[in-house]
Order: sequence, then C-alpha cells, then structure tokens
Amino acid sequence: MREVAIVGIGTTKFGELWDKSFRDGFAEAGVKAIMDARVRGEDIDALYIGNMSAGRFIEQEHIGALVVDCAGLAGLNIPATRVEAACASGALALRQAYLAVASGCHDIVVVAGVEKMTDVAQEKIEDLLASVIDREWEGFVGATLSSLYAMIARLHMHRYGTTREQIAQVAVKNHANAAKNPDAQFRRKITIEDVLGSPLVADPLRVLDCSSIADGASALILAPYEIAKKYTDTPIHITASVQKSSTIALHDRKDITTIDSTVAAAKEAYEVAGVRPEKIDFAEVHDSYTITEILAIEDLGFCKKGEGGKFTEDGKTAIDGDIPVNPSGGLKGCGHPLGATGVRQACEIVQQLRGRAGERQIKDAKIGLAHSIGGTGGTSIIHIFERRD
Amino acid sequence: MTVPRFWREIENRYNLIGTKCKKCGTYYFPPRSICPKCRRSGVIVKHKFKGTGEVVTYTVVHSSPENFERQIPYVLAIIKLDEGSTFTAQVVCRPEEIRIGTRVRAVFRKIAEENKRGVIYYGTKFVIA
Amino acid sequence: MVGIATYGVYIPKFRIKVDNIALMWGLNPEDVKRNLDVHEKSVPDMDEDTATIAVEAARYAIERVSLDVGSIGAIYVGSESHPYAVKPTATIVAEAIGAGPTMTAADFEFACKAGTAAIQTCMGLVQSGYIKCGLAIGADVSQSAPGDPLEYAASAGGAAFVIAKEGVMVEIEDTCSYTTDTPDFWRREGAPYPTHGGRFTGEPAYFKHIIGSARHLMERTNTKPEDFDYAVFHQPNGKFPAKVASELGFTKEQIQPGLVVHKIGNTYSAASLIGLAAILDVCEGGERIMLASFGSGAGSDSFCMKVTDEIKKYKDKVPSVQKFSENVLYLDYAGYAKHMGLI
Repeated sequence: MREVAIVGIGTTKFGELWDKSFRDGFAEAGVKAIMDARVRGEDIDALYIGNMSAGRFIEQEHIGALVVDCAGLAGLNIPATRVEAACASGALALRQAYLAVASGCHDIVVVAGVEKMTDVAQEKIEDLLASVIDREWEGFVGATLSSLYAMIARLHMHRYGTTREQIAQVAVKNHANAAKNPDAQFRRKITIEDVLGSPLVADPLRVLDCSSIADGASALILAPYEIAKKYTDTPIHITASVQKSSTIALHDRKDITTIDSTVAAAKEAYEVAGVRPEKIDFAEVHDSYTITEILAIEDLGFCKKGEGGKFTEDGKTAIDGDIPVNPSGGLKGCGHPLGATGVRQACEIVQQLRGRAGERQIKDAKIGLAHSIGGTGGTSIIHIFERRD
Repeated sequence: MTVPRFWREIENRYNLIGTKCKKCGTYYFPPRSICPKCRRSGVIVKHKFKGTGEVVTYTVVHSSPENFERQIPYVLAIIKLDEGSTFTAQVVCRPEEIRIGTRVRAVFRKIAEENKRGVIYYGTKFVIA
Repeated sequence: MVGIATYGVYIPKFRIKVDNIALMWGLNPEDVKRNLDVHEKSVPDMDEDTATIAVEAARYAIERVSLDVGSIGAIYVGSESHPYAVKPTATIVAEAIGAGPTMTAADFEFACKAGTAAIQTCMGLVQSGYIKCGLAIGADVSQSAPGDPLEYAASAGGAAFVIAKEGVMVEIEDTCSYTTDTPDFWRREGAPYPTHGGRFTGEPAYFKHIIGSARHLMERTNTKPEDFDYAVFHQPNGKFPAKVASELGFTKEQIQPGLVVHKIGNTYSAASLIGLAAILDVCEGGERIMLASFGSGAGSDSFCMKVTDEIKKYKDKVPSVQKFSENVLYLDYAGYAKHMGLI
C-alpha cells in the first residue's frame, strides 16, 4: 500500500445557505480544493462523494454523475462514487478515496462531502433524520436521534455522576472556537446558562446541546505521497484510515454509554499510525450533540470511561488545553450538513497542520485525529493525519 | 410505513412476539432471524415475551417527527424485558413518575397513524407496573 | 347451561369533572349535576381508542381464568366509535389476544346495546354447538358535540365477556329483546357527532324499550323483581336507571352496585356491561341478576342470570371496576378537548 497525502482543501461556509443549491455548494468547495492543490481537471482520476440523503432532501439520487457533471468534468468521463454512512458519509468518502490511492488504483482523487438540508420544510426534517437510526424499531415508536442521545446522556449522568453543566461545557467551548472560524455557522460565544436555559428537545438535552441543520460542502484532493510535492508545499500524510461498525439500534449495544465501534476503530487506528492516544496533538470529533463529544473523548482514550465530563470541565479539551478537541467549533459550532461534516473535519486538521488556522491555531500541531459517527454509532470512522515535513 | 411493511410485524408489535436462540438461550426482541452469538450454528424459534421489564434509561421527547406532535411531551425509554432483551418503547406516564430501574408492563395502544385517511398503527407501549 | 365463562373491563385513567364542562358553557355546575346525577366522566388518553380499550378488556378477561384462546370461535365487538368505518375492530382484537385464524368475527352497531347484541349472538353459536367459546365486547370512546347535554356524560370504556357452555361463572338462564324503529338518537355517515331527540329519548325510547324487554323476560322466566338480588340497566345518566328500576319494581339496593355512571359517565356500548361487571365483582355465588341494556334506534336486550360458585375461584385475579377509579388524573376542558381530538 502506498502512502497517501492530502494536497488540497476547500470548503464553503456552513449555515442556512438559501441562495446556494446542492450543485452550487459542491462547485464552490471543489473549485477551492482544486485551486489549492494546483490540480487540473485532466489530472483527476476519480471522485468520491459523501452525501447522506440527497434522495430525500432534494429527491435526487445518482449523485456521482450529478457532481462530476456540475464540476464540468463529465467530458473527461471521470468515475464518481457516492457513499453513505449516515452522518459519517463524508468520512466514508475520505476512506474510500484513501483506499483507491493507497492501493495504487488511482492517483489524484477528489473527495467531497455535500449536504443541502434546508430545501426541505423544517417539520419534515425530524422524520428524515430518523432514517439514520433504526426506522423499524426506534423511529416507528417515536424515537428521534436527539431522544436516543438524550437517553445516553441520562444513563451517563446516572452511572458516572456526569453533571448537566459538564455536558453543557462542550457547547460553550465549541461555540467559543467557532467564533474564531469564519466558515462556521455560529459565530457568537454562549454560556452554560444559555445552554441550560434553551428549550428542551429531549430531556435532558436542550436546543443548544444539539448541532444544527445546515447546508455546506467541503472537498479534499488526495495524491500518493511520492508525487504530492508536485501539487503542494505542505502535503499532509494520512497515517491511519479505519472504519468499524456496530448495531444500528442503540438498545442493542452492549453498553449504552460506550460507542463500541469508536473504541474498535480507535484501537486499530492507533496501531496502524504507530501512536498512542497521548501522542495525538488535537482532534476533530463528532459532536452531533454535546454528550456525543463526552463519549468520543472517552472512547478515543483521551480520558477514562465516565470521566469525559470532568475532563471537559477542567479545560483539558479547550483550545489551549492538553488535547484541544474541535478547534474548528465542531459540528456544534460549524453546523452539521450531514455528508459534508467528515470532510470539513479533515480540512480543519490540514489547516492546523499547515499552520494556517489563524486565530484558532494550535501550537506545534503535528498529529491530528478526525472522528466521525453515523447515527448513534452504527458506524465509526477515524483518520489520523500527520505533518511529516 | 407502508401497509405490507406494518402488517408483517403485527404479531411482533401487538403481542411482543420475538425470537429465541435455542442453542445459546438468548432472547431477542425485536426478533432476529440470525443469532449474533451463534450465527450459522444458531437455532432460532419464535418466543412470546411476558411483557414485564424495567427501565434502563429514558428521556422526555419535546421535539418529535410530525405524526407524534400531538403527544408531546412523551416518555421514551429503553426497556430491558425480564427475559433479557432490551428495546425501545414509549412509556405512558407523567415524566416525574419514571426513573432508571422503574418496573413496567406492556399495554396495547395506538402508536401512530399514516394520516387521517390511512391505516392506524397499533402496538405496544408500557405503563408503570 | 350457556353463560359467562369470564369477564374483564377497562376504563381509561383520565377524568373530567362535570363542573369543568358546565362552566365552559356558562351553566351552573350544581344544576347540571343535580339534573343528570353524574359527577365526572372517563376520558381516553390520546393514544387510546375503541380498539385499544377492547383489547385491554379482552386481555383481562382471558387473564382472569387463563383462558385457552384457541377455544375462541367467534369475536364480536359492539361500538358506536369503531376506529374504522370499514375494517373491523374485531380482527384487531383477535390478533392482539392471539386468537384465530379459524374463527369468525364481525363488528356490531346498535348504539349503546351493540355489546349485549354481541353477547346474544355468541350465546346462539355456543348453545347450538357451532363454537366452544365466543368473545363479546362492548367498547366506546363516546362521541358528543361540544356544548350538547350529551357531553356531560359521554365517556370511554370497555367490557369483554367470554360466553361458553362449560365451567361458567354466570349462567344465562334466558335472554330476550324488545326492538322497534324509534329514531331517538342517530348519527349520519360522515357527521362527526350524534343528534338526538331531546326529551323524546326518554319515555318513547329508553323507558318503553327497557320496560318492554324486562317485563317480557320476567314473564318468560316466571320471575318477579323480588326474585333478583341485583339489577343493572343502561345508564346514560344517574336518573334514568333509577327511574326505570323503580317503575319495574326494583329497589335502590338492588341497583346500587351496578350503578357506575356517577363517576365514569356513560360508556355507551359498555355502559350496562361495566355495570354488570361491577356487580359480578361483589358476587359470591348464587345471586340472580337482571340486566337490560338500551340502544337508541331502538332496542333493549335483557338477560336473566344466575351466578355460580365458580366465581369465587377468580376473584381479584384482574383489576375490578372499582380499581379503575383509583389514582385517576383530572383534565381541564382544554386537556379534554385535546384528548378527544376536538382541537
């Protein structure tokens, strides 16, 4: 297997982008990434696109063909594949692209993550999101993704003594980070009181505990490391790309407060990358809800199971903490266009490792980790990135 | 949910009929046709659950899909049936009445309806025992 | 002898006081309560309907004696508020109790006497040997137009009776009916609420038919009111059953245990049946009971019954009628309107 590097990145702003369509989003992010990588259309061998549910959001399947076409590349007959793993669709696209390059099958591969959520009426969205959970045995009886994470939160609080304030601190931290991120949906700092005073969604989770519906697109250009310097002065190595699955329904997990697919993926990712959790300088994790980040930092081994709340409260995951988590603002601060998120996380990590993260720059960032989950953990995908030069 | 898809699961939803693996003795609700523990060597048979169990965790839903809106706020829980299976169901009670560990029993209720002219989905919810 | 092998009832947990309804419409609550002799009525939960109520009542009946559901050869559900205009409630009940498929089923409609009509039909099938047991249910989430006098009493509940020939806890010695075409209360297809003839629903309807049916029954069975320990009549309010009992020669003491309308209202197809269940809850064996239902349109089914010693074996196996009136939850008018789908 060859070494793979990221040679270009590009992202749109995330938010309610009323005047941008699905196609506009992809085009903007894709062009930025291609320009960043100094790549020409003729160089592109393949395209992988992560998209959760264009079929339901914009009644469009066959996304691969659509995206190649609106990029003006249909004339080059570039193969394009759309992949789906619920909210981890973007990370899955990165993984598939990584495999294509590592295996020697393709050289220059475009990875994109795109989601256009706001073309659908608000009241239809809760039902749409129920397709990432078990429709038959969770959604059918009235469960929503929020309600499942709320049940995880309640059990975590009961079992480990995690407090509501500790959970809320995740949102406070991530919104503070997002305030320094020009592409984020939310640019305003919030307090714990703001979180705990926001309307209930599914007790104990409130509106400010939940990431938002948003539109957005992000893109990456991958190349084999051996030719990466042709395209960029700052190639970023992908040192691990691991995907694991688990049960789709939360009620079938061995331990409701542990996302075992993340634990399994992390173990293998650290082995493959040759690092221990302590060596990770920073991470972009899947904070679809505040509690999801608490679970992530435990399951990724940054702290012990049950201590995620205290770890956060003590500032260990703050941008100036021992292990900064979600320096971009995460899903909470940036917004969560489902298929785009996994690719956006990688874009942030590359920016940090290049030293170009502006106000959010983490000192001496060398190794970054991206963590993405589908639904309540039916899929976990972890990538580790390293700046070697 | 379409008519045949709902109809197929009527005995599961109305009567908590799940499955059991005779080889390892594990009970499954919702029903599984393959035992994750024994896989190809498993022996799956139907099993009617007693309908009693306890609350593993719960939440009170305030933001729901469209056809559950009139029931807001409603209690959703993961329930561990006495035979050992855990699954998700609504509990009909006031939010203050439920705790982790509360004992519950099954009752027959309307879950939802397709729309005013469509099929009514009946099924099992729980009340505090 | 053909009779009742087991019974079960279900009444939802919610109540609304007559006071709340009266005040909504600008009436003096004391006047209304005195007039109707009803104080509060049961209200279904938002996820309850005639089918769920019928299932709960049937499940209790089966549980009481651990009935082998394979022996049920017929299921009939009588109601004025079947969830579907076309698609039977009876098959939903059948599926939910694990009965069938080799059995017959149908839904009945005859205003408030649909449940007793179902019992009579089961009696015929059992007596003639076509089936071993028949399940007859009367259940309703009674409809009434907001502001109409019916609104004070129209409530929700269900009662299920299994009819058989062997091991019965109540023998049905005889049954007869009195039926005429009397348009005292009706609902046209598509209309959301029933319409009624006001005072016309009294003398020419309720009283004429119950008295006709009960007197005919007593002639056939050669009985007099004194021969009965208890009597239960259809109870649209607290006044009518007391008056018809008196006219027939029954005493206050005879009808007392079966009069449940004050606290649960008029459960339409379940009304006289829940009253019967309340009486059975306090029987020990040997008691003779008269039941006369009434359904607008109009008709009355009456039954002469004798409780056997079997009943002692199955006391307190499932909740009694009284139990359903414990730990109830009161709604205000807005909550009631939401539960009833008025808003």
